[in-house]
Amino acid sequence: MTLEVDDLRVYYRTLKGDVQALDGVSFGVKDGEILGLAGESGCGKTTLGKALIRLDGRMKHVGGSVTLDDQVLPIGDDVKMNPYRFKQVSLIPQYSMSAMNPTRKIGRMVRELLDSRKVKLDLDELHNRLDLVELPREVLGKYPIELSGGMKQRMVMVISTLLNPSLLIADEITSALDVSTQKAVVTTLKGFRDRGFVKSMLFITHDISLTNQLADTIMVMYAGKLAEKAPAGVVVNAPKHPYTQLLISSLPEVGVRYADKRLTGIPGNPPSLLNPVPGCRFRDRCPLAFDKCAEEPPPVEVEKDHVVACWKAA
Amino acid sequence: MLKLDGVTKVYRIGAFGGQTMTAVDEAGFEIKPGEVVSLIGESGSGKSTIGKMVLRLLTPTAGTISIDGRDIRQMGKRDYYRKVQGVFQDPFSSYNPVFKADRVFGMLREVYFRGVPDKEWTSKIESALDAVRLSPEAVLNKFPHQLSGGQLQRLLIARALLLDIEYLVADEIISMLDASTRIDVLNLLADLKLRGLGVLFITHDLALGNYISERTVVLHKGRIVEYGATDAVFEQPEHAYTRKLLASVPQLHTKWEDAS
Repeated sequence: MTLEVDDLRVYYRTLKGDVQALDGVSFGVKDGEILGLAGESGCGKTTLGKALIRLDGRMKHVGGSVTLDDQVLPIGDDVKMNPYRFKQVSLIPQYSMSAMNPTRKIGRMVRELLDSRKVKLDLDELHNRLDLVELPREVLGKYPIELSGGMKQRMVMVISTLLNPSLLIADEITSALDVSTQKAVVTTLKGFRDRGFVKSMLFITHDISLTNQLADTIMVMYAGKLAEKAPAGVVVNAPKHPYTQLLISSLPEVGVRYADKRLTGIPGNPPSLLNPVPGCRFRDRCPLAFDKCAEEPPPVEVEKDHVVACWKAA
Repeated sequence: MLKLDGVTKVYRIGAFGGQTMTAVDEAGFEIKPGEVVSLIGESGSGKSTIGKMVLRLLTPTAGTISIDGRDIRQMGKRDYYRKVQGVFQDPFSSYNPVFKADRVFGMLREVYFRGVPDKEWTSKIESALDAVRLSPEAVLNKFPHQLSGGQLQRLLIARALLLDIEYLVADEIISMLDASTRIDVLNLLADLKLRGLGVLFITHDLALGNYISERTVVLHKGRIVEYGATDAVFEQPEHAYTRKLLASVPQLHTKWEDAS
């Protein structure tokens, strides 16, 4: 196991009280596994990604632990977390267009970045990786503004993975891209994993069809909790949690004739995470809800590697 | 029928407008009443520029846009916007956050419905909200931040319906919405087309275009590369660009590796 997350709770401090954005999530990521994290806005997927690398000022580590390569990550402590960042845990930011220092040539920026981590630059390795993503070596002598958006995205991907981190977090990195660029980025990420540049990856997106192209396992979250986690094919073709089922069936697809056929959405909205009522958080929108849903359903492994948090599925 | 004929838009760019960039190059297509036409293209393909020209927020450099044979530039803006309205991508920046969301109705009343008595106005609003499947208690008298993205988008569509519009320009209206709610807004458009509304549905998401539209226009670098019935465009694309675009779409049940 590369990554073990156990009952992680991260709340946001607000004037009205704590928003329980991530409320007791447990899962593991194996060596060489790409975990796709899917869910709607406000489900806690970005909070989870951020919690593994840097909590911002509003976020508070309330409970639970994160273990990476048998070491416990001090995620609540910004300073102690520093030695792990970039080397063990790395991040590809969503807006790679503006992620690089505009006042430095890229080569110098990379060197400064490595100096700050007290690592010597292996220029051959850097060149290899530039070749791999089909960037000319000359980009190192250029300013970020001289690169196109797609080139910047690839450059940031190379920099983020330069020190072969154990865990790479990619948070919504494709949402601002066109479909053809999206495909290239996803293929590159897969290549990084296959070549062992990164041991495991957390790929966060709201787009389940895209996650399915890349991820080995998909974890669906709802309102700060794990709803379902299973191999990608199972989530897409045979989901067990009512939320996943409804979500999958509401997605229009290319290659299907719809004519007058209608898809249906999920009525209602996700609950407020400020003092949420106990019990299953999906029950107000769930067509299968019954009395027992007032109690919180624990995540249960219904089949091998298939975890569902629903009374009806167990 | 809303018709675009040889519509071209050239932007001046660079310092002092020294250079030019052709954003839309001789685009021509038409939207009939009761029909959804989707305009598909990647970023920078000129799809939003076309939407803005139809909404008269931009003036075409060349070519004409006409409704039932009448050039839209010859119509007064007040009359034109009774026929054509638009809804945009970001529901949160479409509203002024310091005012209540239903102020969009009030502003409309000041311009178009000054003489309408309060009672009639209320019933008009109620029927418009009913058409977009919103309940008045849930959305009236609320601030924008108290409403969800889907509710805000539907309020804007309701506002357009108050004017008895004939054509709606929907520019990426569901890109910001969540998967579980976006389909409801899409279905709403499908209902509106049954009422005889013509919709220009601008999107980068091919799956959405496939779901909703009768005809599809594919744009590439300002040029129309493919135009036809949606089924034909998606099943037998003729242009290489369309084929490439379709091959890149992530599909739920097929993986890229298996398809190639």
